[in-house]
Amino acid sequence: MALDSKVPQGPLKDKWTEYKNKINLVNPANKRHIDVIVVGTGLAGGSASATLAELGYNVKAFAYQDSPRRAHSIAAQGGINAAKNYQGDGDSTYRLFYDTVKGGDYRSREANVYRLAEVSANIIDQCVAQGVPFARDYGGLLDNRSFGGVLVSRTFYAKGQTGQQLLLGAYSAMNRQIARGKIEMFNRHEMLDVVIVDGKARGIIARNLVTGEIERHSAHAVVVASGGYGNVYFLSTNAMGSNVTAAWKIHKKGAYFANPCYTQIHPTCIPRSGDYQSKLTLMSESLRNDGRIWVPKNLEDVKLIREGKKKPTELSEDERDYYLERRYPAFGNLVPRDVASRAAKERCDAGYGVNATGEAVYLDFAAAIIRYGTEQAKIKNIQNPTEAKIKELGKEIVKAKYGNLFQMYEKIVDENPYETPMMIYPAVHYTMGGVWVDYNLMTTVPGLYCIGEANFSDHGANRLGASALMQGLADGYFVLPYTIGDYLADDIRTGKISTDTPEFDEAEKAVKDSIDFFINNKGKHSVDYYHKKLGKIMWDKCGMSRNEEGLKEAIQEISDLRKDFWTNVSVPGGANEYNEELAKAGRVADFLELGELFAKDALVREESAGGHFREEYQTPEGEAKRLKEFQFVSAWEYKGEPKDAVLHKEPLVYENIEVKERSYK
Amino acid sequence: MNLTLKIWRQKDSSSKGQMVDYKVTDISEHMSFLEMIDVLNEGLVSKGEEPVAFDHDCREGICGMCSMYINGEAHGPDRGVTTCQLHMRMFNDGDTITIEPFRAAAFPVIKDLVVDRSAFDRIQHAGGYISVNTSGNTQDANATPISKHAADTAMDAATCIGCGACVATCKNSSAMLFVGAKVSQYALLPQGQVEAADRVKNMVAQMDLEGFGNCTNTGACEVECPKGISLDNIARMNRELMKASI
Amino acid sequence: MSGFFKSSIGRKVSMALSAFFLMIFLLQHLTINMMSVFSADLFNEVSHFMGTNPVVQFALQPVLIFGVVFHFVMGFILEIQNNKARNVSYAKNNGGANSTWMSRNMIWSGVAILAFIVLHFIDFWFPEINTKFIQGDWSGLHDGQLRYYHELQEKFVNPARVAAYCVAFVFLGLHLAHGFTSAFQSVGAASLRKKLGTLGKAYAILVPLGFIIIALYHHLNHNH
Repeated sequence: MALDSKVPQGPLKDKWTEYKNKINLVNPANKRHIDVIVVGTGLAGGSASATLAELGYNVKAFAYQDSPRRAHSIAAQGGINAAKNYQGDGDSTYRLFYDTVKGGDYRSREANVYRLAEVSANIIDQCVAQGVPFARDYGGLLDNRSFGGVLVSRTFYAKGQTGQQLLLGAYSAMNRQIARGKIEMFNRHEMLDVVIVDGKARGIIARNLVTGEIERHSAHAVVVASGGYGNVYFLSTNAMGSNVTAAWKIHKKGAYFANPCYTQIHPTCIPRSGDYQSKLTLMSESLRNDGRIWVPKNLEDVKLIREGKKKPTELSEDERDYYLERRYPAFGNLVPRDVASRAAKERCDAGYGVNATGEAVYLDFAAAIIRYGTEQAKIKNIQNPTEAKIKELGKEIVKAKYGNLFQMYEKIVDENPYETPMMIYPAVHYTMGGVWVDYNLMTTVPGLYCIGEANFSDHGANRLGASALMQGLADGYFVLPYTIGDYLADDIRTGKISTDTPEFDEAEKAVKDSIDFFINNKGKHSVDYYHKKLGKIMWDKCGMSRNEEGLKEAIQEISDLRKDFWTNVSVPGGANEYNEELAKAGRVADFLELGELFAKDALVREESAGGHFREEYQTPEGEAKRLKEFQFVSAWEYKGEPKDAVLHKEPLVYENIEVKERSYK
Repeated sequence: MNLTLKIWRQKDSSSKGQMVDYKVTDISEHMSFLEMIDVLNEGLVSKGEEPVAFDHDCREGICGMCSMYINGEAHGPDRGVTTCQLHMRMFNDGDTITIEPFRAAAFPVIKDLVVDRSAFDRIQHAGGYISVNTSGNTQDANATPISKHAADTAMDAATCIGCGACVATCKNSSAMLFVGAKVSQYALLPQGQVEAADRVKNMVAQMDLEGFGNCTNTGACEVECPKGISLDNIARMNRELMKASI
Repeated sequence: MSGFFKSSIGRKVSMALSAFFLMIFLLQHLTINMMSVFSADLFNEVSHFMGTNPVVQFALQPVLIFGVVFHFVMGFILEIQNNKARNVSYAKNNGGANSTWMSRNMIWSGVAILAFIVLHFIDFWFPEINTKFIQGDWSGLHDGQLRYYHELQEKFVNPARVAAYCVAFVFLGLHLAHGFTSAFQSVGAASLRKKLGTLGKAYAILVPLGFIIIALYHHLNHNH
């Protein structure tokens, strides 16, 4: 099947408006007869459910958590981008579009990104109307801050809990529709397969995670908004339950999976402390607004610090290497995430890591505290303030800006970041790759949509900070609800979809067989045993930098691990009860397939771009070397084993932006 | 360190549960509390026993899923943290740690330490929203200036993660801190004031219907709340309800 | 409005309003009783006024009785509801880590106060009602003199009763230590709750202490 992105004709800035004008709509009376299933209730799924219900569709929403409010969008800290230009610093829809395409290393689809930038301003209006308490200045207007990879301040934020506030906004919009009976909410339910009838997505098979019951749900369209697959690495900043299962199941039923190798390794996470570690904690990128990243210049100092014989605060300015400021004077500490992460890895690989594992760099707020303190002393008209007074005033400002992040750090690491620099190290955070979708956000299966982090469309090879929230809400509030109407307009006479069909029988049987296998297979290793092994292979060989040899090994090792898993995995408990191990087994089984496709995708992409860094393809200065012949989206078609997956290419055409070397110097 | 754990085990909502003793060894002080439970569960699974079921997800203190009553306190002895942020350095070698589910009639146990907090969702359905449609055709975000103080106070209320520690810790299993926080967030913002009267009446009515207890102002909720939600929010809710009823 | 007082919040507001009323009453009661320490005549006169003034007897007294009964009955109703809200109790609960003993035990300090009020009614109020409403004697005289001071002293001869009174006043203090600021919080005055913390403590200590002093004074100074 040839890939058709269905990007409308016409000038870039008119595409979306023109398209909306001509699209098919469903009249309100008919919407009452149409059901839509939404899997996942994060920013994308939650906002889509609310809007679809408001338009009049009957929505069935599914979440594996006990409430939509717990989806992992809630953990996003720093903010959300929007081209409002409230600061008057030269921002515009085009500039947001430009920054996003460039930040994504010219590997995203132009029309989608422009549309995203276009609707971004609406998101802020919408959220404020919903009661999202964004930060404000003393004049009562909205405040902004700056994020990596851009030269303007366009990030709106609510302390360090922006994702939480936006999700609660979407959740409140859902609540209004749940109260009206327009959304039927299925909490603690996990989608285990999609049901295709006559080539169209017509329902799902879900497991009630409390009772273990396998349920059939039908609808005229299915929307998957199940988030990213970062947990393929076992350790990531994702939630423990974040998984690829919904996305992978639809892939196995015909949806192409795009760019799986594009993974974002976030530069500012709390370093790992031991083998028992279950997850990694992110420190918002917003910290790089005020924090300076450095390692010692001299290896002797590194040694002394690791042995605890010297403190970082004892090093003079001359003895420190602010390597981002040194290498990228224009953007400094605010280079994009992929660049910052690789730079940290480069320093640590060279032996300059500052903790016991050698995998940590400093993020230092001392300079910011002095800067803010001096400013405050002036504002408060304090003559000749002492250094202690300046520090005290500066700490107050830093606390107001990042207090909750600092507290989080202190609770985990047991060190006071106001007094001593934070230690950070990159960690898997976000996956730009995902299910392939066209301009309508429809997958290659008719009636099957994919939105938010679960799809691949907007971020190319690297996502800019504060853009994930923007994409999730844009897809859910403002894009999908329009485009889905175009498809559903043909379904107004279809009537209720029966679940009593051979297609549902077959899908349900496959799900039950797989569950029965896990319950009855009295193997010798736990699910986590396999998950950790997979994670180690992924991190070592498909991590921040990759090479041909490593990727080939990874493919073989994952394939072997998967075979072992299907022979020796052990799941205690029964099928018809609350059984966390059983749920995990299904998720890890899918990660074991995805992981191999991931490595295969990385192997095929013989260039470096964004989060995908192939050691063979770098400039003499160690920067990513992008190649013209790889200016396409890799969309993989499922053919059984991951090794048999077939590659389809969607060429990426840039008509409105000049493809240049991506430089942040 | 080596520890003795006394953990509530209950097969399902209809079974009777009991406290069961377990031993864990070689626990690092840098582990989080849930990582310590992971160690216990890994051991149980390897022996073919059922692991202890507990709610958890983000493990960074924001999703509100984790919910353990540890040594007689919601989220354990540390302050301003959820269970997932509690670290083992708060305990000593040889300690006995009692771990129970959050207890309230409105939070029935599903299994072991997992409880059903859907009552919170139903309270939100009753009015925890502003009735604005999601078309995006609202006024410009800066059309209505909101004082920084009001926005910040609303934000403080809005940081509630809905974990239920307030209910678990309150001797009356009262949900007033949770409901008060939501009522306050909207009452403080001009956007929310339009429906303020109906909202507070409906949410309080649903809260009562769910079987939560009454507030006797012990202040325990505020102390145990991982997000430091202030008692002021309960007072504000009381005012809002009085205003709405007159 | 009737819906309001059926809601959990309405009920706690009504507890607070009755508490404010009772706290004002306590001050008034203490003031008059304190007069007995300084001047028997003054005490007799004020007592006679209070005991015979129709506004006090037929308007304020029923309100007071209602306030007392309401505060107790509602307190018990809420306590029963609250117990039901936690149907399974914790194996280990460390309430001291997050709240005061007083705040957690209002029901028990309340029960102690109720027991005291029963005793107090038997001692003073029932005899008064008997004299005035059954025997119809509104003169306030006994052997030609106002009887109130004498009756007061009579009651504090017995050391057991004095001890019971003193213990009850300690419970009253514990009840007030939480109740004073709690009432402000219940009616939504969170800022007053914080501002009046010291005043609340002073009230909770000084008012019961005053009653204890009066009881002890009469015990030690009674004329046989």
